[in-house]
Amino acid sequence: MSYLIAPLAIGAISGVMAALIAIVDLITNNYGEVNIAINGGKKNLAVKGGSPLLLTLSSEKLFLPSACGGRGSCGACKCKVLTDIGPHLPTETPYLTPEEQKDNVRLACQIKVKADIGIDIPEDLFNVKQFHATVLSIKDVTYDIKEVLYDLNGETVEFESGKYVQLVIPPYDKIKGSTQRAYSMSSRPSNKTQIEVLVRLVPGGIATTYVHEHLKVGEKMDLIGPFGEFKRTPGHSVMLCIAGGSGMAPFKSMLYDMLETGEKDREVWYFFGARSTRDMFYLEDMRDLETKLPNFHFVPALSEPEEGDGWDGPTGLITDVLDTYLKQHISAEGKTLEGYLCGSPGMIDACNRVMNENGITQDNIYYDKFA
Amino acid sequence: MAPQIHPLVILFASVFTSNILLTNFLGMCSFIAISKDMKSSNGLGLAVTVVLTITVAINWAVMRYILVPLDLMVYRYIVFIVVIAATVQMLEMIIDRVSPALYMSLGIFLPLITVNCAILGAALFMQIRNYNFIQTLTFGFGSGLGWWLAILALAAIQKKVTRAPVPAGLQGPGITLITIGFMALAFVGFSGMLNVQ
Repeated sequence: MSYLIAPLAIGAISGVMAALIAIVDLITNNYGEVNIAINGGKKNLAVKGGSPLLLTLSSEKLFLPSACGGRGSCGACKCKVLTDIGPHLPTETPYLTPEEQKDNVRLACQIKVKADIGIDIPEDLFNVKQFHATVLSIKDVTYDIKEVLYDLNGETVEFESGKYVQLVIPPYDKIKGSTQRAYSMSSRPSNKTQIEVLVRLVPGGIATTYVHEHLKVGEKMDLIGPFGEFKRTPGHSVMLCIAGGSGMAPFKSMLYDMLETGEKDREVWYFFGARSTRDMFYLEDMRDLETKLPNFHFVPALSEPEEGDGWDGPTGLITDVLDTYLKQHISAEGKTLEGYLCGSPGMIDACNRVMNENGITQDNIYYDKFA
Repeated sequence: MAPQIHPLVILFASVFTSNILLTNFLGMCSFIAISKDMKSSNGLGLAVTVVLTITVAINWAVMRYILVPLDLMVYRYIVFIVVIAATVQMLEMIIDRVSPALYMSLGIFLPLITVNCAILGAALFMQIRNYNFIQTLTFGFGSGLGWWLAILALAAIQKKVTRAPVPAGLQGPGITLITIGFMALAFVGFSGMLNVQ
């Protein structure tokens, strides 16, 4: 029996250590019941202390935006803390500007709820729900973009065009642990029982690979939303929308929403950039919208047109096309021009530059920047 | 049994002449990575000292009362590492609860230290050198102080070096390693004065 001594003894030592950790955790992490006062007491939550704020809130069905799922690597779960909970942690400071730090904006995933605290969050977030959705259809709109339609299984979603949802990607293949990624909704707000998103395949991307290679019709998937500040302003200003690839999504939603809500006379210019004709999609839908919305102009452009693909529209980078149109076709006299952008951070920066050069100020340019 | 060296001798020897970092080159990764900044160096040094003292004492007890009687000394590496990892984890939780201020300056370095080889090195040295409990305690505490002293010294020297014209090929880790070499020479130069084994 002597050969049993070693494994037993080492197992016992490890077991005792693990038990000690569990006991210490039980004693030190026991903060009892604490109260979270949200937006000056508009909502009060009595919760068990000791867990990160983000986790505590989501267990109470209150969802702050978070793309990394609480690992402190996206910086999306910012919220303003009104009570003193100690200085900023080194894990928070890289994501916060000096002004935010002065205002005591914190990363909800990094701070623990240890005592009664008060926080401020945007009112919209009370609307955010977790939907247990089912995939209704998956359509290829180009060779690398899929249009995915979800049924919300009886739940309803209230949102304005331009907002996004987070897809909860379950663990698959070598990806351990679930991941969340943000996608703009391309469905219309009037359709409250379904959500549609456009997903473009990014090589190596966790969510895009999952949607393109694993997701099947009929499968269940969780969506959290709606989130985002991106929406069209009320009034009669001229909308300059610029998108590329799956950046089509929020504008598809907005244009159909305008058609449905009777906002038909507003002047809208929609610049859509693609590399070649095989990246171009929804052309007929947009042309159809042009006939129904009298002041809507769709300007698709190819940056790398190929010989013989029959393209007779504008060519060049979408920013150059935008520049030309701003200088030659769009008159700003007596009107306010507003920029609406959806695309890669590089495209957004370039569009900002072109718009600024043409006299559109930064506070009239709207976008949600996804990292 | 080893000759009974006075604990005070062990304390001084482990701080200066047998400095665990500069004579054995243990705990180099965090040493080189953190030593660019005086404030973090201080926090890390403090954390190493606390963890070294506590873990070396616990490991001594585990060795003396479990490993030796059961003739399991071949497993000492595994057992020591398990004890160190668990202790650091508990320490982090306790500090987080007891003192948020201390957690800010010391606690955030604790996970870094779990894999610091100076901690395991000290546990193995106390076994090889056959120290008794008091000797072990002073050895652990002294080694931590020595590590703290070395990283503070290096951080101070690095501050000067940043303003010196370092040849392009030696910038960064290159000049740091040379600096550590010189520091080691200075410390080892006195090693004949105190006997630790």
